[in-house]
Amino acid sequence: MEKTNIIEIKNLSVDYPIYVGNVHAVSDVSLNIKKGEVVGLVGESGCGKSTLGLSLLKMVRAPGVISSGEIIYSGRDILKIPKKDLLKLRGNNISMIFQNPLNSLNPLYKVSDQFVETIKTHKTDVSKKEALKMSEEMFEKLGIEKSRLYEYPHQMSGGMRQRIMIGIALIMNPDLIIADEPTTSLDVIVEAQFVDFLRNLKDEFDVSIIVITHNLGLVAELADRIAVMYGGKIIEKGNIKKIYHDPMHEYTRGLIDCIPNVKADQKKLITMPGAPPDLINPPKGCRFSPRCSKAKDICFEKLPELKKYDGHETACWLYE
Amino acid sequence: MVTTFLRKFLNYFKESKKKYGVQWWILVIGIVIVFFVTLTALFPGVFAPYGPNYMESGDQFAPPSFQNIFGVDNLGRDVYSRVVYGSKTILGVAFVAALISSLIGIPLGLISGFVGGVFDRVLSLIMDSIFSFPGLILAIALAAMLGPGIVNITGAVAVIYIPQYYRQVRGQTLSIKEEVFIEAGRAIGASKLRLLRKYIFPNVLATVVVIFSLNIADAIMTEAALSYLGLGLPAGIPDWGRDIAMGKKYLASGYWWVITFPGLAIVSLTLGFTMVGESLSELLNPKLRDK
Amino acid sequence: MKRILKYFTIRLLLTIPMIFILLTLIFFVLRVMPADPVKSMLGAHAPERVIEQKRKELGLDKPILAQYVDYLKQLARFDLGKSMIMEQKVITPIKDKLPATLELIIFGLIIALVLGVFLGAYGANNRGTGKDTTIRLYGLIVFCIPAYWMGLMLQLIFGIWFDWLPIAGRTSSRVLVAEFNNTGFYLIDTLIAGNIPAFLDVLAHLVLPALTLALILSGIFVRLTRANMLDVLNNDYILAARARGISEKKVVYKHALKNTMVPILTMLGMQFALLIANAVLTESTFSWPGMANLLVKRIHLRDYPTVQAIIILIAVMVSLSSLIVDLVYAWIDPRVEY
Repeated sequence: MEKTNIIEIKNLSVDYPIYVGNVHAVSDVSLNIKKGEVVGLVGESGCGKSTLGLSLLKMVRAPGVISSGEIIYSGRDILKIPKKDLLKLRGNNISMIFQNPLNSLNPLYKVSDQFVETIKTHKTDVSKKEALKMSEEMFEKLGIEKSRLYEYPHQMSGGMRQRIMIGIALIMNPDLIIADEPTTSLDVIVEAQFVDFLRNLKDEFDVSIIVITHNLGLVAELADRIAVMYGGKIIEKGNIKKIYHDPMHEYTRGLIDCIPNVKADQKKLITMPGAPPDLINPPKGCRFSPRCSKAKDICFEKLPELKKYDGHETACWLYE
Repeated sequence: MVTTFLRKFLNYFKESKKKYGVQWWILVIGIVIVFFVTLTALFPGVFAPYGPNYMESGDQFAPPSFQNIFGVDNLGRDVYSRVVYGSKTILGVAFVAALISSLIGIPLGLISGFVGGVFDRVLSLIMDSIFSFPGLILAIALAAMLGPGIVNITGAVAVIYIPQYYRQVRGQTLSIKEEVFIEAGRAIGASKLRLLRKYIFPNVLATVVVIFSLNIADAIMTEAALSYLGLGLPAGIPDWGRDIAMGKKYLASGYWWVITFPGLAIVSLTLGFTMVGESLSELLNPKLRDK
Repeated sequence: MKRILKYFTIRLLLTIPMIFILLTLIFFVLRVMPADPVKSMLGAHAPERVIEQKRKELGLDKPILAQYVDYLKQLARFDLGKSMIMEQKVITPIKDKLPATLELIIFGLIIALVLGVFLGAYGANNRGTGKDTTIRLYGLIVFCIPAYWMGLMLQLIFGIWFDWLPIAGRTSSRVLVAEFNNTGFYLIDTLIAGNIPAFLDVLAHLVLPALTLALILSGIFVRLTRANMLDVLNNDYILAARARGISEKKVVYKHALKNTMVPILTMLGMQFALLIANAVLTESTFSWPGMANLLVKRIHLRDYPTVQAIIILIAVMVSLSSLIVDLVYAWIDPRVEY
C-alpha cells in the first residue's frame, strides 16, 4: 500500500545575509516524507542539513531567512500559516530533538514541569494531574523509572536526557520528528542503545522521523530512505540499501568509501580531497565539480537536476 | 611613507568599524571627549574667556547668553570659565589618584599572587574588605580626617581603588603561575621566563589599561562627591563638585545654570573615560581569549 | 535544607573577620589625624587644663592601642558608646534615622531592579535594533551621573518648574509624624494607622529621592540583564522550548528570565554598597533625615564614636545583604552544591 506523504518540501531556499555577503545555505531543495518512514538526511558540516531541519518548523535562526519554497503539511504551507497556528504545530504535530541533550532542558525546572508545560500548551483542558500521569506513562515507555520524572536535568546522564527529549517530542503523538544530530554527543554504546530504542518507538508510535546527521552508520541502522546533501542541495536520494550498495553520485560514493572497514585490510584512511564549496558564491555548475575526479566540462557549466534512475534519484551529468 | 601609513590606518579604521559596530563608535567618542577635556585642562587659558575668580564677567545671576555661554553665578563669575578651569582640577586629582592606586595595587597583586601563602591570604582578606565596602564612604572618612588639601584628597581617592588593581593582577598572576609550572615540567629555563614576560605583559597591560580608564572615571565622581559634601579641596581652587554645592541654594529662585553645567561637565568627563574603558574591554577581550 | 544551613554558618564566620578589619581600619584612621577633636569641641582658645580634663574624660589620653582594646571590649558588650559631641548615646540618633535610610534604599532598589531588568530584557530581545542601542547607551550614561546632580535636576524639573512633588524631607510640615510613628518605616506606619492622607504625603516625599537612586542603579541592572539574557537566549533549551510550540513571550519571560535572574541576584549583594554610597549623596541633597546624612554631619563635627558606629553598621549591612543574596541564590538554583 502506497503510504501518503506526511510532509512535502518544495523548492526550499534558505539564505543567511551576513556582512560579507549572502550565504545560500539551502538552494532549491525538494523532499517528501511518507507516513511512518525514516528518512536520513546526510552530509558534511555546513551542507545545510541542519538549516533544512529548522526550516520545517520555521525556526531558522536569525539572520537566516527562508527566501522561497513551500513546506506542505496537512494541506497547508507551513511557511505561510499565521504564527499561532505555527505554535500549535510545534511540539504537537511536528517535534524536534536537538544534538546536545545536556543543554536542551531548562536546568532550573524539573523534568516533570517541562513535560506538563508541553502538554498544557497544546491540550489546554488537561489538568496538571492528568498531564503528570501522561508523563509517567511516557517514562515507562522510555524505560526510565517513574520517580525520576521529578528530578532536575543535571541529575541525569546524557543518554537518559536524550531519551527524555524523545519523550517530550512524542508526548503529543506527532506525525513527524526531526532529529538533528541525535547521537553526536553520545558515546558509541549509548548510541547503539539509542538506535534500538528509537526503532522500537517508531514502530509503536508509527511516527515519521527525519534523521539529520553526518553519521552514515546511524542512518544505515535506522533509515528507510536517505537524502544526501552537498553545498545546500540534495544530490542523491532514494532507498537506502540501493544507495549504499550502488551509489551513483561521486560524492555519495566518496562518503561511503570513507567509512573504514574493520574487516578489510585497509592501510590508509580514505578521504576526499578538497573543501566544501563557498556558499556565498557557489560554483556555476555542479557544486561538487571542483572535487570530482570524473568531472566533465558540462559539470562546471550547468547545474544538474535531480533525475530518477531505477529506484533512486541523483543530480549528476555522468548519467545524462 | 607617512601617507601609506595613514591610508593603512584609515582602512583598518573603516574595516573595524564594520566589524565591531557600536563598540567602535563608543571608543572613538570616548577618546574624543577625553582628548578634548585634557586639552582644556592643560590649557585652560586658551578656552576660557575669563578667569575662574573674576567677578566682573557679567551681571550677577545672568542667564546663559553670548557673553557668558553658561551664565553667571552669584558672585558674578562666568560659569563656563569656572567649568573650564575646574577640568584642570578634577582631571589632575583623578589622574594622579589613579596613578597612585595602580602603582601600589599592581605590585602588591603581583607579589601576592606569586608568593602566596599566609601573606597572600591576609592581604587578600584586607583587600576584599575594602573592596566590598562602599568606596565613597571610606573616602569620606579618610578625607574628613586628613583634612582639606589637594594631597590629602588625592590620597583618599587613591586608596579606595587599590583593591581593584590588586585583585585583577593577582588573579592573572595566579593563572599564569599555573601555566608556568606546566611549562617548567619541560624544563627549559631562562628563555621560558623571557617568553613569559612577553606573554604576561601584554595581557596584564591590556586589563590594567581598562581598569585605569575606569578608575579615572570613578575617581572623578568620587572627587566631585567629596567636594559636594564639603570635604574636598580648599575654597580657592575651582571645583565642579563644590560649585554644585554652593549653587544649589539658588535653585529654588530659578537660577539653574549655576549647577546644571558643572554637573553636565562631570557627566561628560566620566562618560568619556567610561566609554574608553568599557569599549576597550569589549574589544580586547575576544582577542585575549583567542590567545 | 541542611546544606544551606552549613553554607550559612560558613559564610557568617567569614563575614566576621571582614567587619573586624574595617572596624580596625576606621578606628585607627579616625585617631591618626591632625585635627584634634577635643580642641574642635571646646575651641582652640580653651585653657590647657580644661582640654586635658576633657581628654581624660573621653579616654583620649591613653595610648592608641589601649583605646582600641577598650573599644573592642565595649563592642563585645554590644555597646556602641556615647557621642563625643552630643549628650546622648550613639545609638539614639542611629535608631531614629536608620529606618529612613532603609526605606529610601529599599524603595529605590526595587524600582531600579524592575526598571533595569525590564529594559535589559527588552533590549536583549530586540538585539541590534535602535531600541536596543538606546537602552545600551542608557545603561552606560546613567551610571556616570552624580547622584546629587541627578537629584537636583529632578528637583528642578518636578519640584520647581512643575511643582508636582516635594523636594525635601520625609513629610510635609502639615503632617504630624508622632501620630503614626511606629516602626520608623513611614509607608508602613501610615497604613497601619489608617492615615491615608499621611500615607500619600510620605509617598510623595519618597518619589524623587528614590527615583534618583533608582535611575542611577538601574544602569547596572540594565547592562547585566541584557548581557545575561543574550547568553541565555542562545542556549539550546530556549530553542528546544520554541520547538515545542511555547509562545515567544513565555519563552522569554518565563524560561529565559529565570535563568537570567540567577546571576543578577548575585550582583545584588555588591550593589548594596553602591546603594549606600549613593544614599549619602541623595540624603544630603533632599535633606532626608537618614543615617547616611547623619554620618556626614557627624564627620564634620568629629564625633568619632558615632562615625565609627555608623561605619560598622554599614559594614554589617553590606555583609548581611551579600549573605542573604547568596542564600537566595542557593535556594533558587538546584545545581548549587556545597
